[in-house]
Amino acid sequence: MAPTSKSSRWLSWGYLLGVLVVLYLPIAVLVINSFNASKYGNHWAGFTWKWYEKLFANEGLMQAAGHSVLIAVTSATLATIIGTLAAVALHRYQFKGKAVLSSMVFVSMLTPEIVLAIALLIVFIVLGVQLGFWSLLIAHVTFCLPFVIVAVYSRLKGFDMKMLEAARDLGATEGKIFLKIILPLALPAVASGWLLSFTLSLDDVIVSAFVTGPSYEILPLKIYSMVKVGVSPEVNAISTTLLVVSLVLVIISQLLLREEK
Amino acid sequence: MPQLNQFRFWAIGLASVWLTCFVFMPNLLVVFTSFLTRDPVATVALPATAENYVRTLDVLYLQVLWDSLRMSLQAMLVCLVIGYPFAMCIAKLPKKWQPIALFLVILPFWTNSLVRVYALQFLLGNEGLFNNILVGVGLVKEPVQMLYTEFAVIVGLSYILLPFMVLPLFSAIEKLDLRLHQAAQDLGAGAWSRFWHITVPLTSPGIIAGCLMVLLPAMGMFFVSDLLGGAKNLLLGNVIKTQFLVTRDWPFGSALSVLLIVLLGFMLWLYYRAASFVNKQGGINGSDF
Repeated sequence: MAPTSKSSRWLSWGYLLGVLVVLYLPIAVLVINSFNASKYGNHWAGFTWKWYEKLFANEGLMQAAGHSVLIAVTSATLATIIGTLAAVALHRYQFKGKAVLSSMVFVSMLTPEIVLAIALLIVFIVLGVQLGFWSLLIAHVTFCLPFVIVAVYSRLKGFDMKMLEAARDLGATEGKIFLKIILPLALPAVASGWLLSFTLSLDDVIVSAFVTGPSYEILPLKIYSMVKVGVSPEVNAISTTLLVVSLVLVIISQLLLREEK
Repeated sequence: MPQLNQFRFWAIGLASVWLTCFVFMPNLLVVFTSFLTRDPVATVALPATAENYVRTLDVLYLQVLWDSLRMSLQAMLVCLVIGYPFAMCIAKLPKKWQPIALFLVILPFWTNSLVRVYALQFLLGNEGLFNNILVGVGLVKEPVQMLYTEFAVIVGLSYILLPFMVLPLFSAIEKLDLRLHQAAQDLGAGAWSRFWHITVPLTSPGIIAGCLMVLLPAMGMFFVSDLLGGAKNLLLGNVIKTQFLVTRDWPFGSALSVLLIVLLGFMLWLYYRAASFVNKQGGINGSDF
């Protein structure tokens, strides 16, 4: 933007910092309270690991966490495989229905989660998919997929395509070109897509609330049913853990993307 | 070359089949279901009817729809009012700071929104941080009831959705052609006049995209109203969830979702109009959303 005077620059820095502080304040309070010996967190009553100890002793929560990690790993992996292939297809090939495919990606990114949730619920009932592990897996792959496609596609856009043509002229098959050239070059974006999918899956509430079954509890829904009842220190501990996991993964994924710039 | 065809086949086929089965077909089924009749045994059944849409005009539901829309619109405005200057401030930063500032805004998006809404309870409660400060500095004598009010829902929605407003605004503001400003200044236009007549129209695709990305998800975020609004302040998402998971009136729940899809279509249409307007004016390229 235009060169600005010193006072307006200070104002602008102050505003930026102010908004960021407000964005991170609730998170900070939550993290602090997870170490707060006071049960209701209204005042500081000393440092404690107590809530984390209770958390790891809570079998229901731990089981739900295990389920969540399993769903997140499998759905992120599937979404990354399908999404990477789709990004390559959209980037490299001309085919009938290409516009349809890319608009489906676009639509699935913009569709409000609640609409996707009921749409998937209806389709699972119609197809007779039992609500539980499989329905959650399919749903999570579905909402992660566009993120992977966009991440990998925008990486591919920066490539020099002549190299691929040269490889093809030398007799490399499409599959080989993909494995030997495209994949290694796109790897940071692929890894980043996987990490982002993992955190999206681990954090989802809206879609999961609709497509889960009573037999398969996952962490965000378990937390949801606990926080509806009220503040509980164990929830602070598990929430903090979840936040830290997501933050670390996202920061890694962003570093991966930035590295080659 | 069978190899070539095989790789191509899988690359195109997997995603196409997946998105057709789990995005395209399900959305069609929602529309289809919205015209069916509720059935106690099979959940939904024929005959086809428009009854579900007529019911959305029922006074009871109209009130809920209006409440939901009002809260979401207010959250959208809050995001716009906070986000616009914020995006402008980021655009003013030196180039090397911009990605860091953007990253810090997006970062919370990737963390669990349920957890962040829950964390807001610590701030908004009667003995929460805000009330402690207000009472502490003597602004109020008694704690103000913030939690379980419409205010809290709006705060929660704005808090969760602010990044979605900032990103499209930033990419629109970043593309502004500064020569236009200089020309206007040379012709004697004041700062406000330049803002209203140049900046706002040229960033309108960003404004609409941001509003779209805040308004639509806001209406569905049932856990925000559950945790911060109590039983009285419902969002459309709460109503849809009740219809699907409690009263099991799928046709009516689907009809309510179709309303959301229609709203999405309307806002996309607005966006494309604004983008083509801006393109015609030779300002920015609005096609890269």
